[in-house]
Amino acid sequence: MIAALALFPFSGAESWIVNIGIFTLMYAALGSAWNLIGGYTGYVSLGSVAFFGLGAYGLALTFQHIGIGNGFLPFALVPIIGIAVAIVSVPIGWIAFRTRGLPFIIVTISLVIILQYMALNLTDITGGAPGLQVPQAPFPPGAYEEYFYWAMLGVFAVTLLACAYVRRSRLGLMMFAVREDEDKARGLGVATSVPKYAAFAGCAAFSAMAGAVWAYYLSTVYPQFAFDGEFLAMGIILVAYLGGIGTLWGPFVGAAILTPAQQYFAYSLGGSQLYLIAYAAVFIVVMLFLPRGVVTTIADRALRRSRRRKQVVEELATAESEALRDAPAPAVAR
Amino acid sequence: MHLFIQAIILGVLTGGLYALMTSGLTLTFGTMRIINMAQGVFVVCGAYIGFTLFNYLHIDPFLSILVSTPLLFAIGFTLQTFLLKPLRHDAHRLSLLMTWAMAIGLEGILSFIFGTDFRGILTTYQNSSWTIAGYEIPVVRALAFLLSVAILVGMYLLLTRTKFGRSVRAVSQRESAAKLLGVNTDRTAALAFGLGAATAGAAGAMFGLVSSFDPASHYDLIGRLLAICVIGGLGSNAGAIAGAVILALSESLVQAELSPAWSSVPFYVLLIIVLIARPQGLFGVRARGAI
Repeated sequence: MIAALALFPFSGAESWIVNIGIFTLMYAALGSAWNLIGGYTGYVSLGSVAFFGLGAYGLALTFQHIGIGNGFLPFALVPIIGIAVAIVSVPIGWIAFRTRGLPFIIVTISLVIILQYMALNLTDITGGAPGLQVPQAPFPPGAYEEYFYWAMLGVFAVTLLACAYVRRSRLGLMMFAVREDEDKARGLGVATSVPKYAAFAGCAAFSAMAGAVWAYYLSTVYPQFAFDGEFLAMGIILVAYLGGIGTLWGPFVGAAILTPAQQYFAYSLGGSQLYLIAYAAVFIVVMLFLPRGVVTTIADRALRRSRRRKQVVEELATAESEALRDAPAPAVAR
Repeated sequence: MHLFIQAIILGVLTGGLYALMTSGLTLTFGTMRIINMAQGVFVVCGAYIGFTLFNYLHIDPFLSILVSTPLLFAIGFTLQTFLLKPLRHDAHRLSLLMTWAMAIGLEGILSFIFGTDFRGILTTYQNSSWTIAGYEIPVVRALAFLLSVAILVGMYLLLTRTKFGRSVRAVSQRESAAKLLGVNTDRTAALAFGLGAATAGAAGAMFGLVSSFDPASHYDLIGRLLAICVIGGLGSNAGAIAGAVILALSESLVQAELSPAWSSVPFYVLLIIVLIARPQGLFGVRARGAI
C-alpha cells in the first residue's frame, strides 16, 4: 500500500493533485498519531495541533539560528525535531494527565490556546503575528511538490508502522486496558502511566514531524495556522472518526475521503463563509450517519457475514452428524 | 493603587458577564455530560441580534435581551433535538464534535449574513460612567453586571424551586434513576440545552456592548469559558462564578499594570497551577471516572 502511494507522483499527476496528496498524507499522519492517544488509550486530546505547531516552529527556528542550507538536509532534521518535541511533551503530559475525560479535552484545548498566545506575543523568538520565514527549497518547479509528497509519506509510514507495532505489543494491550477502564487496569497491576505517556509522547513526536515537513513545504509559519485550534484540531479528530477510531488504516481512509473534499470546498466556494457551512455540514453528516467510521462499519459487516457463514456451516455440520446418527449403521463389509 | 482598585472594579464587573455565559455551559454539562463547544457562538449570535435590533430598529441593547434570549432558546432546543439527540453510539465524545460543527456552521452563517468585519454596538451612553469616590464605573458594564447577576439568581431559583429544576438536578445526578422515576430525560436535556443557549443569548447582547466582535470571536470566547469551567470545577455553579471573576480580574489587572497583549496569559498560568495543585478544580468534587 505504502509502495503504491510512493509511486503515485510518477503517474503523471499534475502538481495541484500532488499538493492535495501532501495534505491528505499530512492528515493521515496526524490522524494516525492522534489515534495513539485518542483511539488506543481513549484520552481525547486536542493537543496534537500544539505539537504540530511546535514542530513547525522548531524547524523554522533551526533555520533562523543554524544555517543548515535549504536542500535535503532539513528533511534529516525532521526526526530530531520529533524526538525533541516528544521530550517537551512529557512535562505537558504530566499536567494534562492530572485530569481525564472531559476536563482532559479542555486542558488540551487550553494548551493550543496558550501556545498560540506565546507564538503571537514572544515576538523576539517567534516573530509574532507575521511569523517566521523558512527558506524555500531549491527543488525544480516541476518536481517541487513530489519531494514533499515523499517526505510526508515517510512521516505517515513511520507513524503507521509505530501504530502497527504498538497494536501487537504489550504496550498496546496496556493502552487498550486504559481505554476500557483505567481504574480496573491499575487495580490489576497495569502501570497505567506507561501507556499514557507513551501514547502522548508518540502522538507529539509524529505530529511534530508532520508539522516540520509542512513548515518547510509552505516555507512560512504563522501562529494562526501552526496552532490552529479551530480547523486543524477538529479536522484531525474528524478524520479519525470518519475512518474509524482505534483502527490501523482508519485515519488514512478518513483523510483520503475528507481532505480532497475539503480542498475542493475551499477551492470552489472560495471565501470562508460558504466553506465554513459546507465543512460543518460534512461534520454533521459524518456524525449522524457514520459515527462508527468507515473501516469499523465495513469490518463489522464482514464479521457478521463470516459469522453467518460459519453459522450456516455449523448448521450443516450438525444436520449432517444428526443424519449420520439417525442413519442405520452401515453393514460392515467382510 | 488607584489604578489597581480601578482594575479590580472593572474585573469584577466583567466577571459577572462571563459567569452568565459559563452558567449555560455548566448546565448542559450537568444534564447531558457534554461540553457545549457552541456556547461561544451562541454568545456571538446574541451579540449580532443586539446589533441588528439596535442599528435597524433602534432598540436599546439591554431591551434586545428580551428578543435574543427566547430566540437562542429556540435555536438551542432545535439543534439539540435534531443533531444531538440522534447520537447514540459514543454520544459523549461525538457530541463534542457535533457542537463544534454547530459552532463552525453558525460562524459561517453569521459571516454570510453580516460579513467578517468587526462590529460593535455603539450607544449614546457607550462611554459615560459614574464616578464614585474617585473611581470610574462605566454605565454599560455596571448595568451588564447587575443584569447578569439578576439572571443568574433567576436561574438558581429555576433550578431549585421548580419542577423543571428538580428534573434537571435529577438527571445530572443519575440519568437512569431519573428515567425510572418518570422524568422525561430527553425533554429535560433539550430544555436544558435550550436554556444554556438562552443564557448565552442574554449574555451576548451585553457582550456586544462591552466589546467588539466578529463571527470568529467565538473561538476566543469558548477557550476562555472552558478554562473558567476547569478552574472552577466542571459542573459546579459556584466554581463557574469564581472562575469567571478570577479570569476577568487577572485580565483587567494585567491590562492595567503590564500590557494588553499579555492579558490572557496569567489566567492560563493560573489554570496550570490549579491543575497541578487541585485537578478537580477549585469547587469540583472528585468522582470516580469523572476527573
